[in-house]
Amino acid sequence: MSLMSLTAVELGKKIKAKEVSAVEAAQAALDAIEKKEATVNSFVTVDKEKALSRAREVQAGIESGIYTNPLAGVPVAIKDNMCTDGMLTTCSSKILGNFVPNYTSEAVLNLVKAGAVILGKTNMDEFAMGSTTETSAFGATKNPWNPEHVPGGSSGGSCAAVAAEECSYALGSDTGGSIRQPSSFCGVTGIKPTYGSVSRYGLIAYGSSLDQIGPVAKDVTDCATILEVIASYDKKDSTSVERKEYDFTSALQDDVKGLKIGIPKDYFGEGLDTEVKDAVLAAAKELEKKGAVVEEFDLSLVEYAIPAYYVIACAEASSNLARFDGVKYGYRTEDFNGLHNMYKKTRSEGFGTEVKRRIMLGSFVLSSGYYDAYYLKALRTKALIKQAFDKAFEKYDVILGPAAPTTAPRIGESLSDPIKMYLGDIYTISVNLAGLPGISLPCGLDAKGLPIGLQLIGNCFEEKKIIRAAYAFEQTREFVHSPLSE
Amino acid sequence: MANIISDETIEYVGILAKLELSAEEKERAKKDIGEMLDYIDKLNELDTSAVEPMSHVFPYHNVFREDVVVNGDGRDKSLANAPERKEDSFVVPRTIS
Repeated sequence: MSLMSLTAVELGKKIKAKEVSAVEAAQAALDAIEKKEATVNSFVTVDKEKALSRAREVQAGIESGIYTNPLAGVPVAIKDNMCTDGMLTTCSSKILGNFVPNYTSEAVLNLVKAGAVILGKTNMDEFAMGSTTETSAFGATKNPWNPEHVPGGSSGGSCAAVAAEECSYALGSDTGGSIRQPSSFCGVTGIKPTYGSVSRYGLIAYGSSLDQIGPVAKDVTDCATILEVIASYDKKDSTSVERKEYDFTSALQDDVKGLKIGIPKDYFGEGLDTEVKDAVLAAAKELEKKGAVVEEFDLSLVEYAIPAYYVIACAEASSNLARFDGVKYGYRTEDFNGLHNMYKKTRSEGFGTEVKRRIMLGSFVLSSGYYDAYYLKALRTKALIKQAFDKAFEKYDVILGPAAPTTAPRIGESLSDPIKMYLGDIYTISVNLAGLPGISLPCGLDAKGLPIGLQLIGNCFEEKKIIRAAYAFEQTREFVHSPLSE
Repeated sequence: MANIISDETIEYVGILAKLELSAEEKERAKKDIGEMLDYIDKLNELDTSAVEPMSHVFPYHNVFREDVVVNGDGRDKSLANAPERKEDSFVVPRTIS
């Protein structure tokens, strides 16, 4: 059995038990990357030398007792929108194509302190804007289950790298579903934590009020273990929240007796693929068999989440991406005539189509005359969506539904119709608007052999309830490795 | 399409966005924004007159701290990213003529 087929926690145990060294683990991951990248293209950057020298350093640290975390020595891949000191960080954009940060994002730093070995940076939709990882300036990532299909996005590189077993686990970021939807498409597990739980310091911002970093791994145990490491209160992030507790692994219990699970009827209407629907409802049945109380309810407002999201996310993006001007770092146009022309040409040449589309829409909805009608209207809608969830969580511990309406579409099918692509995020987006935690985990395969994802949503700060429910469901089925894992 | 975006609007948004669009891109942007606004207009079905806009889900307030440097001197690493550099400065086009 290959070291890469182990979960991160299993591999960490072997390293701790001296059955495997951190260097052997890193080498196994680098060998897998070497073998599979031509097919899957999960990575923008792989730094072999750095990974191996870091693995040697961590191995020494484990032996001397500096590193005691369960993840010490385990190789990880980082989404390319998290700054890594001395390692290229591109956001999969031409405009940051040569950007080498001089500091490390807090979430990654937390991993490093726990003894993580970073392999490289994973591909993504440019600036996390997309649902397919096709908008990357460095080529599309392919789905390890079938390279003719997309891995989902925007954390498509991270999810594909985990599914292809090129790394033991990865970090992604989720603004409207960007961890949960590709996790669903790639047959892996991903958590979007409660807003403010993981520091955004060093995460290159897309929609700051929605962005959250989270773990992507083979199973729930890994995700809870990783979340325990990366979640922290950070004064450098003004929206960081000081939580009462940072323990997530104690929720890994196969016990859902009495847990109240609500299934929103609105999540099972038009547009939902029958095979996805059947697999998700079968998962609910499994939880019911284990003693959970499952019932249907009306969540309401579901169809308003996507329009509200696009106004808010694009508005924030237009402001956040104003900093990319070709002055201090990144791409600068060759020929220009004066300062303003340099800004405009740099940005027009440096950003891709989808990014420009969203900056334009965001600039429009924030412009005088339209601000109230669009931007404030969307923020009012967000308040209503939050209220709808508050009401639901008065009755239920966990909300259960699909992560995405379909399995992974074919490459090239999504980008031509943006609104259709945006509709694919219908079950994930409202979670970001309401700041809630959500997990996606595999619950079956469709007739084409593509993975189906189950989504569990919890109230703010109640990650432990969704982790417990996800863990209990996970015990009812075997993990299925992707065909590219071999 | 209910929302028609004029050439003037696209010019104006292009200025706000600091983007220089080709004629073809402008036509595409007019269509894209128009279609997105038609879709976003769905929000008008909701009566939000009694609802306060919610920018964040948690009540955040300013956190004050002493302005103490903790991250050391990153000058060389920062300058290493400069698109154009002259000694210890970033080179930019003339800004005042």
